[in-house]
Amino acid sequence: MISDDTPIVLEAQHITKHFPGVVANDDVSLHLRQGEILALLGENGAGKSTLMNILYGLYHQDAGEIWVRGVPQRIASPYEAIKLGIGMVHQHFQLVPVMTVAENVMLGAEMTRLGFFLDISQAVKHIQAISRQYGLVVDPHALVANLPVGTQQRVEIVKALYRHADILILDEPTAVLTPQESAELFQIMRSLTRQQKSIIFITHKLGEVLTVADRIIVLRGGHVVGETTPSATTQSQLAAMMVGREVLLRVQKKPAQPGAVVLETRGLCVLDDRQRMAVDGVDLQVRAGEILGIAGVQGNGQTELVAALTGLRVPVAGSITVNGHEVAGATPRRISELGVAHIPEDRQREGLVTSYPLIDNAVLEMYYQPPFARGVRVDQPAKLGHTQRLVAEFDVRTPNIYVAANALSGGNQQKFIVAREFSRPINVLIAAQPTRGIDVGSIEFIHQQIVRKRDEGMAVLLVSAELDEIIALSDRIAVMYRGKFVALLDAATVNREQLGLLMAGGV
Amino acid sequence: MTETTQQHEQLRWKLPAWRLIKYLGLSFLVPVLAVFTALVLGALIIWLTGKDWMAAYIGLWQGSFGSPGAIAATLVRSTPFIITGLAVALGFKAGLFNIGAEGQLYAGALLAVVVGTSLVGWPAVIHVPLAIVAGAVGGMVWGAIPGYLKARTGAHEVINTIMLNYIALRMTEWLIKNRTPYILGDPLDASGSRTRFIAASAVLPHIPNTNLHVGILMAGLLTFLVYWLLYHTTIGFEVRTIGANPAAARYAGIRVPRTMVLAMALSGMLAGLAGAGEVLGVERALKTDFFSGLGFDSIAVALLARSNPLAMIASGLLWGGLLNGARLMQVRAELSIDVIKIVQALIIMFVAADQIVRWIYRIRPHEPGDEMTFSRGWGT
Repeated sequence: MISDDTPIVLEAQHITKHFPGVVANDDVSLHLRQGEILALLGENGAGKSTLMNILYGLYHQDAGEIWVRGVPQRIASPYEAIKLGIGMVHQHFQLVPVMTVAENVMLGAEMTRLGFFLDISQAVKHIQAISRQYGLVVDPHALVANLPVGTQQRVEIVKALYRHADILILDEPTAVLTPQESAELFQIMRSLTRQQKSIIFITHKLGEVLTVADRIIVLRGGHVVGETTPSATTQSQLAAMMVGREVLLRVQKKPAQPGAVVLETRGLCVLDDRQRMAVDGVDLQVRAGEILGIAGVQGNGQTELVAALTGLRVPVAGSITVNGHEVAGATPRRISELGVAHIPEDRQREGLVTSYPLIDNAVLEMYYQPPFARGVRVDQPAKLGHTQRLVAEFDVRTPNIYVAANALSGGNQQKFIVAREFSRPINVLIAAQPTRGIDVGSIEFIHQQIVRKRDEGMAVLLVSAELDEIIALSDRIAVMYRGKFVALLDAATVNREQLGLLMAGGV
Repeated sequence: MTETTQQHEQLRWKLPAWRLIKYLGLSFLVPVLAVFTALVLGALIIWLTGKDWMAAYIGLWQGSFGSPGAIAATLVRSTPFIITGLAVALGFKAGLFNIGAEGQLYAGALLAVVVGTSLVGWPAVIHVPLAIVAGAVGGMVWGAIPGYLKARTGAHEVINTIMLNYIALRMTEWLIKNRTPYILGDPLDASGSRTRFIAASAVLPHIPNTNLHVGILMAGLLTFLVYWLLYHTTIGFEVRTIGANPAAARYAGIRVPRTMVLAMALSGMLAGLAGAGEVLGVERALKTDFFSGLGFDSIAVALLARSNPLAMIASGLLWGGLLNGARLMQVRAELSIDVIKIVQALIIMFVAADQIVRWIYRIRPHEPGDEMTFSRGWGT
């Protein structure tokens, strides 16, 4: 049990860090006791990642001190952090896909014979010992590229343990995991802390914090705004602390009033990049005024389904109709002109040209249409007015409309995309991961907007890896597993466990 | 809101004047410092070889911009660099690395010469534009081929443009050097290294008693046109978007392959125009080694201008000026002309790898979004 007598392994005292124009951390103090899971909760931009990067030696603080096991330390680089026993698992894995697990794990800390020849078998034994000790099942000889995301994450943890880390920083580890994988991760975390490892767990998901943490620290705007324990708080209290005001965790919505079928597919088959059948005979119907949610673990064909529906991928078989028009294999422009809006799953790769100013991103799909263009000439004033309206109506926080899109936070980028899509004449919305990685305030806002559009009679297809989002927004839920719809459920009567099981291929 | 306050509101959005100044300042600062640093290092090299660097640089200045005659010669020299620099920059904007400007220059010059030599007795008002259009078409075709291959098959434009350079160059050589029968070669030219001279009616108008032809005006006009195309038309938006983010371009409904071919064709067309300008304005015939390296130097010119079309004039003038002034510098300081090549190479090094200059002068990194669009790496 953790008590006040348990030794403190890591302590940050009065850490302040400025970036040009922002104070990322302002007088932040926290401590981590041995064998403890400390959850660091906060929205994007609250300063969580900055603080962790300081602890891991990637940044250096402007003021304040870091103590490791009672000794003040200056952590100048990740190399020194590792020497002090601090390991970090980044949100985006630092793995080389073409190498095996063993090669990845020993990368930078190679075991050698005669100081020159790689000693893989020695490393493999070491990895197997770690696997056994902490219940981290990995095959040292597997190629990383062939591993599912959850396993890749385990490789990252093994990598840290292989370097003798006893303080682990996990940066948004569940962002990429299924509910089942998350549960496995939490078991691993508990197994690690039982063996006196200490963990800082960064997240913005409230439910997880209450499940797994021993203690919770909430950051907002670079300050510590609260410290509590799971037994002493609730989800809504945590949300309010994170955002600074009361938040509606449940989406308020009336029962759907479904109308005519607007979007329909029959026997749709789509290949993925490796020419495997990613979507395998999908029949779906979305009616005006309803939200059809597609639940599923990532990589079960949702991405390819959305790509086919929006014209980005040509299906190999089957039909797609939008408002009665056959659009299988049609160009993205034709589909978009038929009134289909698309919130893409990767806003920085597809949804925005991040180096462009907002005023150009505001007309990304409409740049050639009046009033934004007359013939080939671009009408700057028309773009200007349009962009100002989008920014104002959707409360996009930006210094002006000429800043590049990559200067905006993720939540504001996403609000901007939603604003742009909703500003077009549309009656179908295809939303893929519409709130991935953004702050609670923006999520709330985007959810309200999607429901508002539904009530106005739009047909909405929602694809999300967040079960809570699917359950909260959808009127009907389709579960996708290995390219097929394995179940079609009524959202009002569904429960999480049932969905989780279906997503994992159970019946 | 009343109408006036609304206008005020719009003005505030419209004129982030200080930002513009800061942006222009920053984007000029690095190239200017790069040139300065390269000149300082050049002086050091000259001094190390035991020559008088002051005299060398005075000669360089006088030979490039020191007299009306020098300025005229510099303008003539700079014209193809400006136009071909625009060609390369247009490719960069579309995310394409057009190393084929050299071949496109030849293709353009070749067609211009064919039209210039084969039509006799036409009025200049028709003959000159016809020859120029021929040059544009030649370059366009030569640029569109690798563009099409990339769009259709994904074959990398770097490889194909280089290969097309060889083909254009060797084809030109063959067309000129073949004597049985003479194809384009001039039977009166004993060395067999040039085509027949073009008809007088195809020669670009000149300022009397100088080499200064209307090509420089064409360069100015093209600069403006390319700028207008890129930043004020839907076509330019498409070209820039496939360069900045091809995935987003597809999402936005832009036909990426078609735009790719278009960008390469336009890029080749510009280079072809430059080639036509040279044969119709300066040499009046095409020599086999006429453009040796011009197409490659233009990549440097485009880099120096950071692919900004409006900066291409300054960049091209600097390049042409350095080359043009080199002769007098050579005489004054008894230097090898190679020194100027070294200075040029240093300039490009400092501009292309601007981190060096930023590091030397402690300039902070750009704001997000300032970065130039450069072509993507191999095979991606």
